[in-house]
Amino acid sequence: MSAEFHGLVAEFADDHDLLIAAREARRFGYTKMEAYSPFPVHGIDDALGVPPSRLGWFVLAIGLTGTLAAILLQWWVGAINYPLIIGGKPLFSMEFAIPVTFELTVLFASFAAVVGMFALNGLPRFYHPVFNYSSYAGATDNRFLLVIEAGDPVFEPAEGEELMKTLGAVKTELVEA
Amino acid sequence: MADLALGQNVLNEVNPQLVLGHPTYHSITEQVAGIMEGKTPRRWFLAISFTSSITLMLGAMLTYLLVTGIGAWGNNRPVYWAWDITNFVFWIGIGHAGTLISAILFLFRQKWRTSINRSAEAMTLFAVACAGIFPLFHTGRPWRAYWLFPLPNLDLNLWQNFRSPLIWDVFAVSTYATVSAMFWFVGMVPDLATLRDRAKNKIRQVTFGVLSLGWRGSARHWRHYEMAYLILAGLSTPLVLSVHTIVSFDFATSVIPGWHTTIFPPYFVAGAIFSGFAMVMTLLIIARWTLHLENLITRKHLENMNKIMLATGSIVGYAYATEFFIAWYSGNPYERFTFLNRALGPYAWAYWTMITCNVVTPQLFWFKKLRTSIPVMFTLTIFINIGMWFERFVIIATSLHRDFLPSSWGYFRPTIVDILTLTGTFGLFLTLFLLFARFLPMIAMAEVKAVVSNQNHHAAEGAQ
Repeated sequence: MSAEFHGLVAEFADDHDLLIAAREARRFGYTKMEAYSPFPVHGIDDALGVPPSRLGWFVLAIGLTGTLAAILLQWWVGAINYPLIIGGKPLFSMEFAIPVTFELTVLFASFAAVVGMFALNGLPRFYHPVFNYSSYAGATDNRFLLVIEAGDPVFEPAEGEELMKTLGAVKTELVEA
Repeated sequence: MADLALGQNVLNEVNPQLVLGHPTYHSITEQVAGIMEGKTPRRWFLAISFTSSITLMLGAMLTYLLVTGIGAWGNNRPVYWAWDITNFVFWIGIGHAGTLISAILFLFRQKWRTSINRSAEAMTLFAVACAGIFPLFHTGRPWRAYWLFPLPNLDLNLWQNFRSPLIWDVFAVSTYATVSAMFWFVGMVPDLATLRDRAKNKIRQVTFGVLSLGWRGSARHWRHYEMAYLILAGLSTPLVLSVHTIVSFDFATSVIPGWHTTIFPPYFVAGAIFSGFAMVMTLLIIARWTLHLENLITRKHLENMNKIMLATGSIVGYAYATEFFIAWYSGNPYERFTFLNRALGPYAWAYWTMITCNVVTPQLFWFKKLRTSIPVMFTLTIFINIGMWFERFVIIATSLHRDFLPSSWGYFRPTIVDILTLTGTFGLFLTLFLLFARFLPMIAMAEVKAVVSNQNHHAAEGAQ
């Protein structure tokens, strides 16, 4: 398939139809597919063969960085850089350091979750070929799109269109790259 | 054999549907987006001109305070923490309901949260903004507020004292505000994409186009999105508990009788959720009625919220009783005196207002008739809002006004500036809420659609 097309868009009226179509298309042999839906469709990841998100590991790493940063900050500030005895309390101890350590862990981890999510999704990105689909607006309203991308090794437009029609697509369209 | 199958109407009574009137996905988009795309209603202008005038008054009061000095407030020996810190704790507490609804109920898989979480989260942000005003201006020189953060600077040449609960509070509240804002924005991105794709004019296209960051709703997007949302919920849950815990440390780590108690953290957290739910309810009942959202925010939602208020209100009542018991049981004469003084001393009027509003009022929610009646619950939430403000006032003012030395006793009276500043923050809060209701999607469309999908497919299975 030439690269002038992004792929074949098949539009479905219900999330259930999308799920079945994705499963069948995968069984048919398509591997490069993407689904677009106005809300997360339960089970679509398995149907498309999308691996689970690994965002959690990134958040854990950055969160622990926050923990360490908070402890180092409170220790260095209180016990090294400007030691000052207040109320006879030790210059540094873990007990009083817990609240700030906890808060900074949460702060760092939350930033990691948000920034990481957008980065993994390649956002912000204001242009994408799927927006060329003539009724893309449905995908954020009440329509469910299954896209067989042009790069798929077994993809043939006519064949794909026929398969999607038999699976209940209400509309199919080849979309420009 | 007896017919054991339950009819649909019986099932509905046991487990009512969360979205009424069998809407389609499209009708949800139309309804929610329609609120903000239609012509601005006249009464919105009336409402916002009223609330923004009050906000202007807040600006005037704060300017007056800056020009005159902190003496414009009634804080004075021995009550140096008075009205302003009461308002701070009150507003922070209000915010906690939003996070509870968006994070804790999410982790507990309470699907009914989807109709109300967006507006509750918005309320959290606005409440935290109102709360922040008070400690900021109580510093006397708010333009030096960066001294609160560990930033190396030449004019101060000192570091913060990390052994003080007040610096913990700075970290807790600023983290809370930041994380709540991120949680709110992330939750809104798919809806902003919906608005982008519906936008008719250039301004809306560009605004929502930029705000939605190019969201496409692809399966790969949703996969990371759902993970990020789950993580944020998991982080916000301990965060919200920690914030009011740390707020309570401001008091509990001192040695003032009436403040120096270990019960404060859980008691403050329960109180915060109690008061926040009351505020969410007050606003939601008005929004539901004026914006015709009865099919999305159903009686079931409101009833569930009332049940949470009953639970947290009972915890608060129990905490009041425990405080009294411990004051007696401790054998500490100062502690005993403080509590007797609360109930029978010069601030008895405030104490009994608090007891009436916070202990007696929520108990009415035991009756199904009362907790499903909208006028009743609206009235009760107003009482709870008032009661919870008084709770903070009672804790702060009564503990300080008579401590160890009778020679340094006093009586705190708010000045007119105190009173108008508090009123002003209500104006700010409502103005922000009105702007939100007009310009952003008040209901999480994507989440409600997922609930409807669930509801439809369950119904289909039942019919087979």
